[in-house]
Amino acid sequence: MATKRKIDPFFWISVFSTGTVVVFIVFPLTEMVFQPSLQDLRDTICDPDVLGSIGLSIYTSGMAALISFLIGTPFAYLLARKNFFGKKLVESIIDLPIMIPHPVVGIAILGLAGKNHWLGQLMHQVGIQIMGTVTGIVTVLTFVGLPFYVNTVKAGFEAIPVRLENISRSLGASLSETFVRVTFRLAWRSMLVGIIMCSARAISEFGAVVIVAYHPMIAPVMIYERFTAYGIKYSQPVAVWLIAVSLLLFLLLRICSFPQEKQT
Amino acid sequence: MIEIKDLFIKFPGFTLQDINLSIGDGEFFMLLGPTGAGKTLVLEAIAGIVPITGGHIVVKGREITHHPPEHRGTSIVYQDYALFPHLSVLKNITYGLRYHKTDPKTSDKRVTWLIEQLGLQSLAHRSIHNLSGGEKQRIALARALAVNPSVLLLDEPLSALDPNFREDIRELLKKLHQEVETTFLMVTHDFAEAMFLGQRMAVLNYGKIDQIGSVREVFKKPATPFVAKFMGIKNVFHASFKDKTAQVHDLALHLQSLPGENKRYVAVRPEDIMITRNGTVENDINAFQSKVLGVTDRGPYYEISARTGDVIFIIMLSKNDFFKLELQKGKDIHLSIQPSSIHVF
Repeated sequence: MATKRKIDPFFWISVFSTGTVVVFIVFPLTEMVFQPSLQDLRDTICDPDVLGSIGLSIYTSGMAALISFLIGTPFAYLLARKNFFGKKLVESIIDLPIMIPHPVVGIAILGLAGKNHWLGQLMHQVGIQIMGTVTGIVTVLTFVGLPFYVNTVKAGFEAIPVRLENISRSLGASLSETFVRVTFRLAWRSMLVGIIMCSARAISEFGAVVIVAYHPMIAPVMIYERFTAYGIKYSQPVAVWLIAVSLLLFLLLRICSFPQEKQT
Repeated sequence: MIEIKDLFIKFPGFTLQDINLSIGDGEFFMLLGPTGAGKTLVLEAIAGIVPITGGHIVVKGREITHHPPEHRGTSIVYQDYALFPHLSVLKNITYGLRYHKTDPKTSDKRVTWLIEQLGLQSLAHRSIHNLSGGEKQRIALARALAVNPSVLLLDEPLSALDPNFREDIRELLKKLHQEVETTFLMVTHDFAEAMFLGQRMAVLNYGKIDQIGSVREVFKKPATPFVAKFMGIKNVFHASFKDKTAQVHDLALHLQSLPGENKRYVAVRPEDIMITRNGTVENDINAFQSKVLGVTDRGPYYEISARTGDVIFIIMLSKNDFFKLELQKGKDIHLSIQPSSIHVF
């Protein structure tokens, strides 16, 4: 005989929370996306300044992700595989950029790059300028994005049994050969996810960038500028285009990292 | 020849010390011990995977103590196979070949031979997913032996397998060992496995070696109560000795020969104690009146505990004998032990 199963109130609480969260995130965004008219959207994307700023946003966050990949990968590997004195401290340091208020990041980096600091002087001599340059934007974006890359990839490395690497070594492969032939082959998806996380964080950065480089203008700065100068209606279409382009890019990257579920 | 001298490894909460082993070329050597005794640590130290605190490891006259794992000539096979999930069966097996300067014809021949010996012909081009545990372990063995290592380190290779696969792989290991020149060093906690495969063995007891000897010797003549218990000898007693008699509490056991100096224990295998229901005990040597304390069904046999004075014996009985004797808790029985079955140490 079928009896009706009593559903625990906690189930309904979870359902309600899920709904609230989804609406809370999706509602403002969809409202914003559908508010500008098609004409506004068309005009905006034809504006070379807008195209330039979205392009610059994608380029600088891509560069930040590339730099994070290059220096973050070996670092994440070390954190995943080795225990050393002060490891917990290093792990906390890598999380610092997540906690610091964004303008503070900009101020800190500007402080180093200024002419009053020896590093700033050195950079000036070799022709590296931070203030108001693409280099400056990439620097702050790397600063804020790197923790996301390192933490994601570290978890990816930790998920690979160390025994596979031991076996590879005992069969004659050196540490670097093992990394290329085993570790990288098994962790590249988590690296891709790390790149997505890092560039997603970078593309959304505003506070740190606005301090280091108001110009050249990345998309979030342009959105802010148009909002303060002309109001909400004028800034919305740029935002919509930034969201659309980023969404497309991240979707493409996500698709590349899909087959993981099949394999494991 | 593998020589391990004064191997010492210290971890927080665990120390492996005074490990001295000498294993002959081509020998099948077993490292036996319970979980947590440090067996895998010894293997990984030989393979260069864990850093050692002190001591020396010499393989074929070459000191390899501080060599990286890839320069040691040791292959390792783990209980969980550790196959490369992104490579096919064949690519797993041939993974290490490029690092060993043998001419391609010889290594091809070796790989083909291994694939045949291990019955992997039909699997060579498959992915390693969806293979049985037995198949996976055969691939792991082929991969480890393909590079013709001086030493094959086996870390409980049979433990994760189903009973029928276990028997297959056990036979295969024995056969492979006879056919290749590699020295086999295998870690296990199962003394039956050790008896079947090993020539000599060392018994590890929480970071220290208790006994080294031929498999037979360790089985028949354990040197410490720990080894005795590990070898399945359930009757181990403190004893004092006088002439050819061992005194265990109020029980005097007659020995076959003089016990020798510095002996402290007697041990009797549970299958070496006879039980009778009737008859006299007066005329027999080492025959005692006893009472059944408990009966435990152990699957293929019964385990009886029986009290004689202050001493409790554990006796193993076939199902057949058990039913013939109609044993029950509280019944009076006679126990007898042949003097030749009493091991003194």
